[in-house]
Formats: sequence, structure tokens, C-alpha cells
Amino acid sequence: MALDKNGIAKRIAQELKDGYYVNLGIGIPTLVANYIPEGMNVTLQSENGLLGIGPFPEKGKADADLINAGKQTVTVLEGGAFFDSATSFGMIRGGHVDLTVLGAFEVSENGDISSWKIPGKLVKGMGGAMDLVAAAKNIIVATTHTDRKGNSKLIPKCTLPLTGVSCVKKIVTDLAVIEVTDDGFKLLERAPGVSVDEIKAATTGKLIVEGDIPEMNV
Amino acid sequence: MSKVVKNAQEAVKEIKNGSTVMFGGFGLCGIPENCINALVANNAQDLFCISNNAGVDEFGLGLLLRKHQMKKMTASYVGENKEFERQLLSGELEVELIPQGTLAERIRAGGFGIPAFFVPAGFGTEIQGNKEIRDFNGKPHVLELGMTADFAIVKAWKGDTNGNLIYRHTANNFNNMMASAGKITIAEVEELVPAGELEPNQIHTPGIFVQKIFQGTDYEKRIEFITEQ
Repeated sequence: MALDKNGIAKRIAQELKDGYYVNLGIGIPTLVANYIPEGMNVTLQSENGLLGIGPFPEKGKADADLINAGKQTVTVLEGGAFFDSATSFGMIRGGHVDLTVLGAFEVSENGDISSWKIPGKLVKGMGGAMDLVAAAKNIIVATTHTDRKGNSKLIPKCTLPLTGVSCVKKIVTDLAVIEVTDDGFKLLERAPGVSVDEIKAATTGKLIVEGDIPEMNV
Repeated sequence: MSKVVKNAQEAVKEIKNGSTVMFGGFGLCGIPENCINALVANNAQDLFCISNNAGVDEFGLGLLLRKHQMKKMTASYVGENKEFERQLLSGELEVELIPQGTLAERIRAGGFGIPAFFVPAGFGTEIQGNKEIRDFNGKPHVLELGMTADFAIVKAWKGDTNGNLIYRHTANNFNNMMASAGKITIAEVEELVPAGELEPNQIHTPGIFVQKIFQGTDYEKRIEFITEQ
């Protein structure tokens, strides 16, 4: 069975390490916050100027001065910090953020990513995505393996305008965990009950399958 | 000479047709509500606006859009605004999209006297355009220019009569850098106090960057997406 959004987020949470500073993009990546292992110290960074994002506020406690990069009201955890946008992107550009998780329209087999613009449709802007993918030490893409029409999102070469080049290190989809290597997409894990052939059929980019592929532990 | 002006109308009166104006804020958080309303009333035309976002239809910079006072908008993200979409698609409004971190750093650099700098963001994308590329530490970087404006309008939580500013929570965002990048910087604050009452250790924006300051009124502080448990 292909994973749902929460399943993808749960699997990505296994990539977290104690002491990590992490930037989570909008959509599936935000859900990763719900699966941070108990007792692990992970600090969430929001590029609008917040370290230590807490849960959504209790009913009636929303504060207009306290939002995340998705412009949703949030809270700040004890020991958190506020800062301006230049400082925030200094954390990102300077390599101080350990992990970035974001969504994508397409990922190519050399790690290029398209995530911000579909020609002919309205352009809303890239926000902080280009800064994040160009500078983060470790980038994981959280996405469905195929689009709504069934077309593969893991392809030989991106067809949409790029967000960044050769930057994606790992992809976690509803079907698989894939590492982006110099030789192409390397299959690391399968979603429970999903076969290697199903993953091959959903991947148009070069897929490397070596030996037995274990199931994800989600 | 006192930096204190009476109200928003007086603060923005020098903003004329064709002025370049920076507006602090992220989404609707930390936007200079009073000055935006005053600019709508002052009716300056053909403004070149620089702000991370473009407001929503009925609030923030969306109010300037509705009155067709903007000629060009520089931003990193412009969703959630139908009138913006309409003017963009009809060609009435020119738009330049810049990666958010590059936008923040261009403003910081402009205000700090740094004419240009290299960043990795945008390399290999359409943002690269004809910009100079240079490798540092084995990685390609794009040359970006510092950015200043005729006016920067910022919003702070507290300010004093010397122009020192303190922001609240995530309402700092672009305000702090923009304060340094305006030839004339206007600060509107929720609470204006006499110089000496703010704790110097707590100041985010030193008063040297601020030319005009006033205490705003009737802050609406609209929230774009209220999310609760």
C-alpha cells in the first residue's frame, strides 16, 4: 500500500538526529513536526524569523505577530528566538540549518528540483525555496511519486523551471525512499507492500536497484 | 530637529509619483498599516514597491493595488491576492520576483553600503539571467546587487523619539533591514516613548537609521491564516 501524507512524514522523521536545526516547507513537510521522536531535541526554524516553532495556539490565543513562513499562527517554544529575515537566511545560507524538507513538482536523476513555477499558470513566486535548496547541507524532498495524472515526478531531466540544481540528496515518496547519487536514483526502501516493479513503473528517471530492497519501517 | 511627526499623513507626504518605497512585513505580519492607508489617501502614483509580499485583496499593499498606485512590485511571493493576479496578467503591473533570502540580503547590503555580493541561490535557474557567476569553495555563486529605496516604511512594536526601534515576535522580518535601506526611513510604532525609556540592550534598530517616527493608531493586525489546536 502506498503511504499517505502522514506516512511520508513519519518516514522522514526517521532522518532527524538529536540536536538538529530543521526547516520544514509547506504541505507534507510540515507534518514531520508531528513525528519527532520522543526525547529528541530538534529545533524547527521558520524563515520569517523564528527558531523553536511550537504547536498551533490554543483556541482564542492566536497572535497576529507570531506566524510561520506559511503565514499560519503558531507558538514559540521555551528557549526560542526571533530575528530578522537577513539573519534567518544567514542561518540557512551559512549552513547552520542541518536539514531542509520541502515538496516538489519534479526531481531529476541528478538532483535538480522544480517546485515553484508552472508556465502558463499563475506565478506566485519562489519565496525562500531557492535560497534553501541552494544552501542547505541536506535536502530531503517529500512528495507523491507521481502527479495526479499518474505521471512520474522522478524523471531524467526536469521539464519545469528549476528551483535549484544538483541539490536534492534524498526523496521520500508514498512508494519509496530514494537516494540521489551520481549515477541516478538509488532505491533504498519500499513502502510496505509495494513491489520494486511498481516503483520502477512509477519512475521514469534512471532507477538503480541493488540486491534486496527492504520495506520501510513506518 | 525632532524625528517625531504627528501622524501617517504627515510622514508620507513627501512620497511622490514614481517614488521607490520599501514596506516591511511578512504577509500581513508587521506591515505599516497606518502609512499604507495614508498613501492610499495621498494618492501617489506609479510607485515602485519593494516588499516580501503584496498583501491581500482588501488589506495591506492590496489597498494600493486596488487604487492602481503601483507601477512595479518587487517581492518573493505574491499569492493570495486576486487583484494582484489580474493586474499582473493584464500587464498593468510589472513584477520582479526575487528569492526571499536574496531579497533580504540585497536590502541589508544596500543599507550597509555593500554594493554587491555573491550567493548560491538562483544558480542554474531563470533568476541567474545574465548575472556574473563565480565559483567559491568549488560551488557556483551569483552576483547580486545591494538595494536601497527613496523611502523605507517600517512598523515596530515600540519606538522612542530618537528613532530606536524594538519589534515584537515575528513582526520583525524585513523591517529591521529595510530601516537601514531607505534614504528616508519612516517608522510607525504601536507605542512611542521619550528617548531614554527603552532599554538600550533591547534595541533592534538603532535610531540612526530612522528619520521620521510616529505612534500609529487603530492597528487591525489582520491574520491571514488563523490556525489553532
